[in-house]
Parts: sequence; structure tokens; C-alpha cells
Amino acid sequence: METSILSSILFATVIAGTPLIIVALGQLVAEKSGVLNLGAEGMMAMGAIAGFAVTLHSGNPWLGVLAGMLAGAAMSFLFAVVVLTLMGNQVASGLALSILGVGLSAFIGKPYESEILPSVGALRIPLLADLPVIGDALFNQQALVYFSWALFAGIVWFLYRSRSGLVLRAVGESPSSAHSIGYPVIRIRYMATIFGGAMAGIGGSFLSVFYTPLWVEGMVSGRGWIAIALVVFATWRPFRVLVGAYLFGGVMVAQLFVQGSNLDINIPSQFLSALPYLATIVVLVIISRDQNTVRLNAPVSLGQPYRPEA
Amino acid sequence: MLRLERRPEASQMMSYASPLIAVVLMLIGGLLLFSALGKDPIEGFKVFFLYPISDAYGVSELLLKATPLMLCAIGLAVGFRANVWNIGAEGQLIAGGIAASAVALYFYEAQGAHILILMVIAGAIGGMLWAAIPAFLKIRFNTNEILVSLMLVYVAQLLVSWLVHGPMMDPDGFNFPQSRLFDDSALLPILWEGTRLNLAFGFAISALLVGYIFMFRSFAGFQMQVAGYAKDAARYAGFSAKRMIWIGLLSGGGMAGLAGMSEVAGPMGQITDHVSNNYGFAAIIVAFVARLNPIGIFFASLLMALLYLGGEQAQQYLALPSSISNVFQGMLLMFLLGSDVLINYRVRWKEVAA
Repeated sequence: METSILSSILFATVIAGTPLIIVALGQLVAEKSGVLNLGAEGMMAMGAIAGFAVTLHSGNPWLGVLAGMLAGAAMSFLFAVVVLTLMGNQVASGLALSILGVGLSAFIGKPYESEILPSVGALRIPLLADLPVIGDALFNQQALVYFSWALFAGIVWFLYRSRSGLVLRAVGESPSSAHSIGYPVIRIRYMATIFGGAMAGIGGSFLSVFYTPLWVEGMVSGRGWIAIALVVFATWRPFRVLVGAYLFGGVMVAQLFVQGSNLDINIPSQFLSALPYLATIVVLVIISRDQNTVRLNAPVSLGQPYRPEA
Repeated sequence: MLRLERRPEASQMMSYASPLIAVVLMLIGGLLLFSALGKDPIEGFKVFFLYPISDAYGVSELLLKATPLMLCAIGLAVGFRANVWNIGAEGQLIAGGIAASAVALYFYEAQGAHILILMVIAGAIGGMLWAAIPAFLKIRFNTNEILVSLMLVYVAQLLVSWLVHGPMMDPDGFNFPQSRLFDDSALLPILWEGTRLNLAFGFAISALLVGYIFMFRSFAGFQMQVAGYAKDAARYAGFSAKRMIWIGLLSGGGMAGLAGMSEVAGPMGQITDHVSNNYGFAAIIVAFVARLNPIGIFFASLLMALLYLGGEQAQQYLALPSSISNVFQGMLLMFLLGSDVLINYRVRWKEVAA
């Protein structure tokens, strides 16, 4: 395989993995506080259409990302009211949020289906971008790619090095103990959930503003669900989310590998498109085989409603 | 300020009232949505909820649309009662549609009642096989059935897309991604002359009856109910968790597969890459709004079918995208889950201590 092909595959892998990193890290923080939000697909869809519409009208992609972030945060706020204040079932409410978000985005997005955004140029980091093979793939990228790395570093620091991160994890492990020593469990869960929604919104806007600068109904096509699976696969550890997201990114651009391999094989495109979903199932099987791995790493109160009595 | 106060015991009345509250909130939300879009809300309400069923043909279309919803929802409800979260009915419906279409195309231009019977069996088995994957992986490897069944929805959509672009494509169809039109021998008989309502509606009503008997009159149904309320109690009593996972997922898959069969052998009359109109996902909402109860599923399916028809009308008369149906569906479920708080809590006005 030629270096230029390798480089372009690497480039595509990084870009395909980026929204997964952003969304999955946001979900990871929410899940660490004990809240399981299965609505990532819907929040991403809303982030995508909000980002697309605002970018189209304002001409500024960063306003679009901001709008996507707000749309995702608003959706997760709705979810938080239902599951945290009204103590609704988290699984069912997350599903509802997905259905609502996908439906609402299709509804809002109808008039935008024939529009195309100008593509946004890459942000080149001097010197590093001149490295062979990896230079272009890693250091001549969309700004949100660098954002995803900063997010990763920030979350690692927050969760494992800061006091607030410790409190957040305590809330996820044992909300009643955290409550009894005076931490506002519900408020902390609200903030973590909304952060997760904001990240899902940014991830969605990345798809419609930078990745394929157009809006198509259903364009998130399961990435929200894959991000949720990724958090399980990563056993709630940020570094594994990063690695896992790039693995999935690689699977998503599988057709590039086939084209680059110079092999004379004719695989229907649908089979290649099914790979990320099949890969998700395979990694879930691998990680769930040993029940203890999941049980030891999952936040203990994940998905459980909590209401401080008096 | 308003405060929530725990009730001494769950309110039976509220568990029935909360779906109605959710419907009322959805209607209010709809009126607000119509006004926000600059449409006359009363006119919008009429177009959405009254026009579709203003004549006999409209009613027949309502029953036709409710059929796949009833089938999927009753199958899902069996599993949901035991906390088996099959949310991939959409994919299982497609798998059933594919299997039934394979039979129809294999017997193309042949005659006889055996064709339809085989299609029904193939449809149900197709859906069950698709649902057997998450069931097997859950039992053998403890994988999460929500994520696996959902991933298989995307795989089923891609599979049917490949089939109608390849092996199942109509050889005389100018490369359109669709199969041949099925022979009359592979189409479900019409129940109501002059409409499209077919025998599948009979399947759906029978499924609701069987579901009712299973849930409330069989020991297995009782076991699943216990497992849903108290997992540990069910395990202590020695109820097999594996068997419940199998029953829960296979009933959902089988019914969804039958729904897929009734679509390709009913209103579609062929297979295309749009076998389902999100029925598998809408059925989840139906099952919840119905409180997982077969009688409730009957009425909730009619309501959900009305939302589908209303969306089509809104597209035609109000120039709104038909995906407005999904907005209503999502709102309904969100409101329901929110109002369910009233089952265990009551709202009290409390003076804030000075």
C-alpha cells in the first residue's frame, strides 16, 4: 500500500472517530454520575440540524457548533427533568428522547434538505503537519479534532485529578452516601446530564457542518447508539473511549481500505456499511463475556433513580 | 412552592389516568406547535385528528395502519413485562418481510393457499431469527439486548437494501430498487370490500387475545410479571431467567416478523427498501402508553395510527412535513413518562418556611 493511501485512510479514520469521541466522552461523564441517557442518537440529530441551519443562515460554522451544543443541552435538560425531577424510567425516557430527537430533527430539517454548506478548511499545525504519513492525518485536521483531544485531556483531569470529579464519581457510586455528607446529588446529576447532551450536540453538528456539510434525514445513522456502546466497551475509562472511537472510525471508512488494497474484490456497498454495526455487536460480546469486567467498572447506581428523602 | 410527596402506596387510578393526561398534554403541545408554525391551531387540529377518520374509508385506513403496530406492540409487551428490552422490532419486522417475500417470489406465478400459509410462517420465523441473535448473545455472553437489537435494525435495513438492489430486484423493473409485484396468491385477502383492510387485522386481534391469555392466565406469563417487578424474588422462586429472555425476545420478533409479512403481502404487495414506516419504534411507544396491557394496546395503536394518518393529511393540507407524526409520537411518550410520577407521588403546595 502506498504511503499516500495509508495517510488518507488514517486521515479519514481520525475524522470519522472524532464525533464518536466527543459524544462518548460526554456520555461517560453523565454515566459516571449515575445517569444513563439512551437519547444520544436524538440529541446528535438535533445538534446536527441546529448546527446546519445556524451555519447556513449566519455563514459562521462556529455559531453552528454553538447552536448544536445548545440544542443537545436543551434536549438533555428535558430528559433530566423527566428522569431526575419526575423520576421517570431512564431506559424508556432515553428511548423517548431518541425518537423525539430524530423525529423533530427530520421535521425541522425538511426545508434544508437541498442545501449544501461550503466546506470548512483544515487547521494546520506548523512543523508537526510536515511529519511523514501521520502529519496530515493528525495535524492538518478540522479544529474539532483538536477539540476532541482537549476534551479528552480535560475529562481525564476532571474525573481523576479534581475534587469535583471525585464528588461526581461518588454520586454515581453511592448517591445516598454522597447525599448524607451534604452533596446536592440531583443538581450534580443535572449538570453531568446536560454536559453529556451538550457534547452530543457538538458531535451532531460536527457531522452536518464539517464531516458531510449537508443535512439528510437520519444522517446520524446510529452513531449515537454506537457512542453509548463505546462507553460500555471502554469500561467507563476515557482512554479506552479514545482508542475505541478510532477503531470504529476505521471500520466506518472500511470502503477506503478496500479501494486502497488494489484487490479485485466486489463487495456490495451495503455489506461494508453494515460493518460498524456488526463490529459494535462483536465488541459488546467481547467485553460482556466476563460479567465481572462490566460489573466492576460500571458506576454502581447507573440507571437507578434516586430521590433524597426530606 | 410545589413539592412532590410520596404516596403511601402506588395509585391504581393514576396508572390509568396518566396515559390520558399524556394524550391531553400532547394535544396541547400540538396546538402550540401549530400556532408556532403560523397555522390556525383549530384548523390544524381538525386536519390532523378529524379529517383522517371522517369517512368509512378513513376508518379502514386507520385499522390498516394500526395492524402492524398492534402486532409489534403485543409481542414487545410480553418481553417488556419481564424487563427484556427488545427495541429492535423495526429490524425484526424487516427480517419477517424479507422472509415472506422470499417465499412469495419463489412461488411466483404459482397458485394455492399454501403460499400464503408459508409466507405467514416464514415471516414469523424470519422475525424470530433476527430476535434470536440478541437473545442468544444475552444468555451466552450477557450482552445488552438494547444495543444489540438496535444495531440489528441498521443491519436489516442494509440487508433489504442490498436484496432489492440485487437478488430480489424486479428483472423487468428498470432497475428500480423493488421486487416484482406479488401474485394475487401471495396477497392477504381483503376483509372489508372496497378498502385495503386485509386479513392481517384478524391476525392482530388474535394476537391481542393470545397475548391477553398468556399474560393473565398462564403460569409463564405470571412468572414474567414477577420477574419484571422483582428480579430477585423470581430468581429465588426458581423461575428460569433464560427462558424469560427467550420468550420475551422471540415473541417480540415473531410478531414483528408477522407484521412485516402483513405489510409486504398487504398494502405494499411487493418488497422495497421501505418495508417499515418506523412501526417497530412507534410500537414501543404504543406498548408503554398501553401500560403493556393488550386492551390498552388496541386503543393506543389506533391513536398512534391516527398520528400517522394525521401526518399525511398535514403534509397534504397544511404543507407540513409528514415527520410531524414522529414529533407527536415522541412528545406523547415523553409526557407519559413524566406524568407517571403521579402514580407514586402527589403534588402538594407547601409554604416555604420563612
